[in-house]
Order: sequence, then C-alpha cells, then structure tokens
Amino acid sequence: MSGTARAQLRQLARDPVLFVLLMAIAVSIAVFVIYPLIKVLLASFQVDGAWSFAGYAELAERKLYRNALINSLGVGALVGVIGVAIGFVNAFVLTRLDVPGKTLLHYLTILPIISPPFVSAVSILFLFGFNGLVTRQLLGLQDFSIYGFHGVVLSQVFTFAPIAYLSLRGVLASLSPTLEDAALNIGATRWQAFWKVSFPLALPGIASAFLVVFIESMADFGNPLVLAGAAFPMLAPQAYLEITGSFNLSRGATLAIVLLIPSMTAFAIQRYYLSKRQYITVTGKPTASTSKVVSPAAKWLLYGVALLFALLVTAFYAVILVGAFTKVWGFNYAPTIAHFLYVFDVGFESVKDTLVVALVTTPVSGLLGMLVAFLVVRRNFPGRTALEFGSILSFAVPGTVVGIGYIMAFNAPPLVLTGTLAILVACFVFRYVPVGIQSGIAVLRQIDPAIEEAAQNLGATGLTTFRKITLPLIAPAFFSGLVYAFVRAMTAISAAIFLVSANWNLMTVQILNQVGSGRLGVAAAFSVVVIVIVLVAIVIISSLVNRWSRHTSMVRF
Amino acid sequence: MTDSIRIVGLNKAFASPDGGTVAAVRDINLEIGAGRLVTLLGPSGCGKTTLLRMIAGFEEPTSGDIFFGDKRMNDEPPNRRDTAMVFQSYAVFPHLDVFENVAFGLRLRKLGREEIARRVDKVLEQTGLASYARRSPSQLSGGQQQRVALARCIVMEPRVLLFDEPLSNLDAKLREQMRVEIRELQQRVGITSIYVTHDQVEAMSISDEIVVMNAGVVEQVGTPHAIYARPSSRFVADFIGKANFLTATVADGETVEISGVHLPVAEMPARSPGETVAAVLRPEAIHLSPDAGPFRGTVRRVMFLGNIAEYLVEVDGVGSWIVDSANPAEAPLHRVGEPVFLTPSRHALHLLP
Ligand SMILES: Nc1ncnc2c1ncn2[C@@H]1O[C@H](COP(=O)(O)OP(=O)(O)O)[C@@H](O)[C@H]1O
Ligand SMILES: [Mg+2]
Repeated sequence: MSGTARAQLRQLARDPVLFVLLMAIAVSIAVFVIYPLIKVLLASFQVDGAWSFAGYAELAERKLYRNALINSLGVGALVGVIGVAIGFVNAFVLTRLDVPGKTLLHYLTILPIISPPFVSAVSILFLFGFNGLVTRQLLGLQDFSIYGFHGVVLSQVFTFAPIAYLSLRGVLASLSPTLEDAALNIGATRWQAFWKVSFPLALPGIASAFLVVFIESMADFGNPLVLAGAAFPMLAPQAYLEITGSFNLSRGATLAIVLLIPSMTAFAIQRYYLSKRQYITVTGKPTASTSKVVSPAAKWLLYGVALLFALLVTAFYAVILVGAFTKVWGFNYAPTIAHFLYVFDVGFESVKDTLVVALVTTPVSGLLGMLVAFLVVRRNFPGRTALEFGSILSFAVPGTVVGIGYIMAFNAPPLVLTGTLAILVACFVFRYVPVGIQSGIAVLRQIDPAIEEAAQNLGATGLTTFRKITLPLIAPAFFSGLVYAFVRAMTAISAAIFLVSANWNLMTVQILNQVGSGRLGVAAAFSVVVIVIVLVAIVIISSLVNRWSRHTSMVRF
Repeated sequence: MTDSIRIVGLNKAFASPDGGTVAAVRDINLEIGAGRLVTLLGPSGCGKTTLLRMIAGFEEPTSGDIFFGDKRMNDEPPNRRDTAMVFQSYAVFPHLDVFENVAFGLRLRKLGREEIARRVDKVLEQTGLASYARRSPSQLSGGQQQRVALARCIVMEPRVLLFDEPLSNLDAKLREQMRVEIRELQQRVGITSIYVTHDQVEAMSISDEIVVMNAGVVEQVGTPHAIYARPSSRFVADFIGKANFLTATVADGETVEISGVHLPVAEMPARSPGETVAAVLRPEAIHLSPDAGPFRGTVRRVMFLGNIAEYLVEVDGVGSWIVDSANPAEAPLHRVGEPVFLTPSRHALHLLP
C-alpha cells in the first residue's frame, strides 16, 4: 500500500463509525453486486460441471438463440430511435415553445415511469389483442396478431420514451436559446440555426438518452414476455424460460452474459457522453424560454405530436382503468368490482408482501445512496473510484442477469437467502441505489465542503455531520432517491421474478401470471392498485422530506 | 482555557495531477504563546490555508508534529481538537437559523437547555446579532453571516480560534470595522488565535505577531513593528509596505556609504568594511526639499493620494526611489521634471542580513 493510501486510511479510521460503515458498504457491494455477476460468468463457462466454451458455441449454432440476440438488439435500437425522437419533440415543446397546458402535458408524458413497465403491454392486449377493442370490435379483424416485433416495439416505446423525455428535457433546458438568437442574428435561417447550433450542442445528450433507452429495452422483461410470442424469441425472457422451464442454469447464465455485453458496452459509452455533456451545461444566466427557430406552423405541428403522445398515454391508462372494472373484455362489457375483490382477497398476500418489500427497501436504498455519495465526494480513501463504480454498475446490469446471479449466489452456503424477504430487499436496494447515488453526487458537488467541515470543527463526528448537515442539504437528491427506490420496488419484475417464493410474492409477478392465464381484468385491477399506491407514496414521501428538511427549529442529537 | 501552540518540523506535500508532489508547507517550526493573536501572512498559494487546516485537523501532515500545550494533536480528528474555525466562505448552516447555528456545537456537547440559551444569547449580544436570532442565514448580509460564523466559534470557548481570510468577501469599509471587532473580541476572550490573510494592512492592524510565509516556508516571525522596520529578507520588505532597495558599501561599524554619501545604520550585520550589503529604505523615511540634502534627483512622477503624495524620483548615481511625503495638502507639490534634494531619516536605513 502506498504512503498516501495508508495516510488516508489512518485519517478515516479516526472516525470509527464512518469507517465501519464504509467497510460494510464495500463488503455489501462485493457480495450483492459483484459476487452474483461472477457466479453467472463462471456458470456460463461450465457445462455439466466441467470448464468449457460449449455453452457459447451452442448459442452461436442454434437459430433460436441467434435470433433472440438479433431480435433484442433490433428492438433495442429501434425503440431507442423512436423513443428519443418522441422524447426530443416533447422536451422541445415543453422547454422551448410557448404553448398551453404544459404542466399537464409534462405529467401525462411521464406517467408511464411510475407504473409497472408492462402496463402498456396489458393495455395493448386490451386494444389490439385477439379480443381487442380496436382490432376485433371496431375493425373486425380475424387474423391480426399483435404478438411479435411490432407489439414489443409499440409497448416499449410507450414505456421508455418518457425516460428519454426526462433526460432530454434536462439537456434542452441547459442550452441557452440566446445561442440560436445569435445564429439568427448573423443571418442563419431557422433551419440552419437549429441544425447547426442547437442540435450539435444537444447531440451528446441525445446520444446518452438513446443509450439509456437501449439499455432499458435490452433489459426489459415484462413487455417481451407478454407480447413477443413464441415466434419472436428475445434474450431476457429466453434466459428466464431456460431456467424456470428447462432448469438449464448454465444455458440461462450463458444467455445472461450475452445479454450483459451490449448493455455494459452501451453503459460505458453513455458514461463517456455524460462526462462530455458537462462542458456545455454551464451557461450561467437563466434563459428566456421561448425559441424563435420554429415557424408557427412547425410549432403547432410539434405541439400536435407531443399532444398525441400524451393522449395515447392517457388512452392506455384509461383502458387499464376501464378494463379493471369490466367483466370480460371483448365479450361482456358490464361493469364489475369483482377483479378488485379478487385482488384484495386471493391477491392480498402479494399486495401486503409488495408493500413490505417496498417499505423496507425505500429508506435503506435512499439513505445508502446519500451515504455513498457523501463518502465518494467528501472522503478520500483507497478504492474510492472502485466503490463509486461498483455502486452504480448495477444500473447497467439487466434484471434478468441479476436475478440469475442471485439464485446462483444465494441458494447455497455460505449465504442462503432464497425465499426470504432479505433477498428481495438486497436485490432492490443494490439494483436501484445508483440513481440516488448519482443525484446525491451531483447535488453534493455544488455544496461548499466548508459547511460540513464547520460542523466537524464544532465537534460533530462524520456520521453526525452526515445526519445533521449533509442530508438536509441534499434533500432534493434524497427525495428523488427515495421515490425512485419506492417506485421501482413496487414495479420491478425482471430480477424479482426469479426471487419470489410462496412466502414472499409480488404484485408485478401476479400481474404477469394473470396475463399468462388470460385474466386481463385482474391484471388491470392489480395495475391500478400499484399505480394508486405509488401516487400516494410520492405525496407522502414528498411531504415528509419537505417537513424534515425545512424545519429550522432545534436540532436534537 | 486556552493553549499555546507548537509546530515542529511540519511538512505537507500534495499529490499533483502530473503524478509528482507539490510541497505546500515545508519544514515549519513555530511557537505561538497562549492568548496571542498571530497572523499567517503571505501571497496566495504560499501554504497558509494548508497550515491552518493541518492545525484544525482537516489535512494530515506529511511529517512533523502539532502540539496544543503539551499534548500532541496529530492523531486527534478535527471534531476532538477543540479548535473553532471561521471559514473564508462563512460556511454557516443554511438550513438552521442564527440561534441554531450558534447553538450547534453546544448541543453536540449535550449541555442543558438553559445553559445553551444563556451562552448563545450572550454571544449574540456580543456580536450584535441579538435581534436576528430567528432569522435564516439567507436573510442576512455578508457581514452578518460572517458574524454568525464568528459567534458560532466564540460560543464554544475553544482552545484555539482559527480564521481563514474571514474578511476577504466583505467590502472595504466593513472589512476595517470587522477587523477592529475581531481584535477586540479576541482580546476580551483571550483565546489563542491564528489568523490567515494575504492583506498586510489587515495583518499589521490586528496581530500580536506576524508570520510571513512564502512558497511554503516561514520567511520571518515578529511583531508588526519589527517586521516592518527590520525585515529579514527582500521578500518580506517588499511584501510588507513599499520599499526602496539599495546597494550599500560598509564603511565602518556604524555607517555605510551609498554613492559617496555616508549614512548611519541602527544595526550593523557582521560584515567587514568594503563589503556590499543590500539595504531597505522606506518611502516615508525620505525627506524631499527644493534646496538642500545629501542626494540630488529629478521628479519623474507625482501622485496625490490625499494623506500622502507619492513621488518617483530619479536619484543621481543611485536609481529610482519612491518617496512619500506626508500632509501634502499643506504646501505646493513638486512638479515633474523639477530638481529636488533627498534626505533619509536618521537610522532609517535597514540592512538585510
Ligand atoms: N487539496 C490539495 N491538493 C493539491 N494541492 C493543493 C491542495 N490544497 C492546496 N494545494 C496546493 O498547495 C499550495 C498552497 O495552497 P494554500 O495552502 O491553499 O495556499 P494559500 O492559502 O496560502 O493561498 C498551492 O500550490 C495549492 O495549489
Ligand atoms: Mg488560502
């Protein structure tokens, strides 16, 4: 160990509580993030207990797996392009144009983010399935099938375009329209001002949004499982089927690694673009919000596109809501509350389990995220970069890979966790903490470190400083970390489906099961319950964080 | 209870981006008597903040020791050193009101409610913040925020008070007022204090002693008067006030000769006659007259500054001198191009070692 490293450790060890916490975090990341990945990697090179490349050779040979890879990549790329296009238009309309109803439009656009990722798949079945409202009742089509490439792409676009929208909104908001004004001023046409000035400046942000959507699409499990169909294999559901259908762990692991590689590559490139973006976000002055590069006609056209997307989102959710109260969709549209009775009777255990998991996960994940951000930004220790990397790595690891890793890692001693609450909580905490960490780091970098040093100087230990000073100061990041953790714990499926058990079941898994057995009404009722719980939770979390961070009264220790 | 501070062989090297190291503080030895206010003075980047932060415990020395009284502090974390630091950026807690900012450290010591209220109120009174107790820092001016930072430190009755350029963000008038207040407060509470600044006037006006630093090393330690009158190096002479640098030849044990003129000096370093020495002559220690004096020169530039007039005079056979003459409004100024005679005050010439 170098002299600096030793000096850093010595200094850190003078604050024993923080030191122990740091060690605990490092060990947890090794156990719950790195170790399962290594397990999957090793398993992918083992066939019948012997080391071999046969698993990969077989994948390359068999058409099913080759197609799964090609299909997943193709869907990911197309969803990325369409999602970013929609996201960009909506972000442009909402940040740059002077149009009515922007707040409502914003919330409608991001609605899909807080619902289970395959709610739109259920909606699509209601509308375009074999007994779909549009395809069967309105158009009377007999031989139309929504299953396959087009179904998955349609559903994923609705699921992931809002993510592109949110990140592009940030990008566009940080670009000063005065740059466009300057271009117009020196004689550029509107078209040139946009394509030669704004677009190139936004390009790193656009690339980054594309890669994020690509990663999400590759990792998506629910939409493909519902809508891909047997003739259109995709990687994530295929890996799941290998394990739960054929009990072929090693094949599942190999598919998982094949799934992991494009995701990790995209993640690495995205990190690179993100680091480049920093150069252009610094504009200093607040910017006037309206853009002059669009002609009135173009303005209303763009507005129309944004409105259409929001309307479709609304329609999808309305269909879910109506479907949840409809006896048998496609045959008998009489209203009923039977589906909800089912949810709160037979399905009540899973509602309860989901809530428990989410309620345990949320504070742990929220606090862990802020603590890691604090340590990474404010403390020097050997392996700091590795800790930061390890803690955000899971963002790029598809849930399917994590799920397979967990059942391989925690099914046998030294650490047996399968079937417990702990395995679900650990999985959710470490999978969803990166978002909290990232926003915590971003906010903390803006705060003068002297404020925390002043607290220490007045006698506060590292942990007290974190609790009494850092955490209240980074409350906005803490809030987004908490909300994200809660939403994801309520809506996640891809890793969770490997980890649920008779004792601990989740609503999302129930939704998929109901879809699988054709009971779309119950699936819709479950979805409505999830969305309502999430909305209520966001309101509660936001009021708690507000009350707690704004109070300027006495601080108790 | 306050302590003397002793710093022995202190070094701090930072890793530099290119893979090497930057020596921010080099082999510093220093003794600061209990209850005194000592200033670390030097240009930006000379290592003042680094030295202060090592004393507070925020930086780990590369080598060397720090003692408060007889106790070696190297292994104490910042929160157990019982120092209180006023930061350049104030660093008031933005989410706490003025009272809670000041009470913060006392609450950590788990003192009783009444005692906390009593001590905080007293300090708020002393710092003129009594009527702002329930204000949030965002509603305070820069000067008031700096008072909060100061009150937050004083209330702790720490062993050592540390100031890192506390006034550099304030405007000039407020700066003058605050340094008087800080000095008075420090005298009243009698806590050993280390005050970092790059402003020599500020240093002269509040310190018992000044430590002049340059490029990580201590150039000179002394009272403001000693540092000004008897700088130990060209750097110190130049950094503290204005100075004319001359080359003189030692004549005998008491006088030196400059361009044929013999001048007495207060202190003669160990030199033999005939050797040349570097000498410092302060601008205000030179008298200008139109008709008589040992040196002759020509006025090249005049600046009227109100309390003084500053001349640049080309002295025959010597070079250019800056000359300050006091109370310039009383008589007409010498004009550019005018011949003048110059007389250094007796014993004003200081020889550098
Ligand atoms: N954390 C650090 N890492 C690397 N170099 C540093 C660090 N802090 C200070 N330095 C360097 O040490 C030298 C002294 O800095 P500082 O003590 O801040 O000077 P001053 O307070 O006198 O202006 C400077 O060259 C500065 O660049
Ligand atoms: Mg400094």
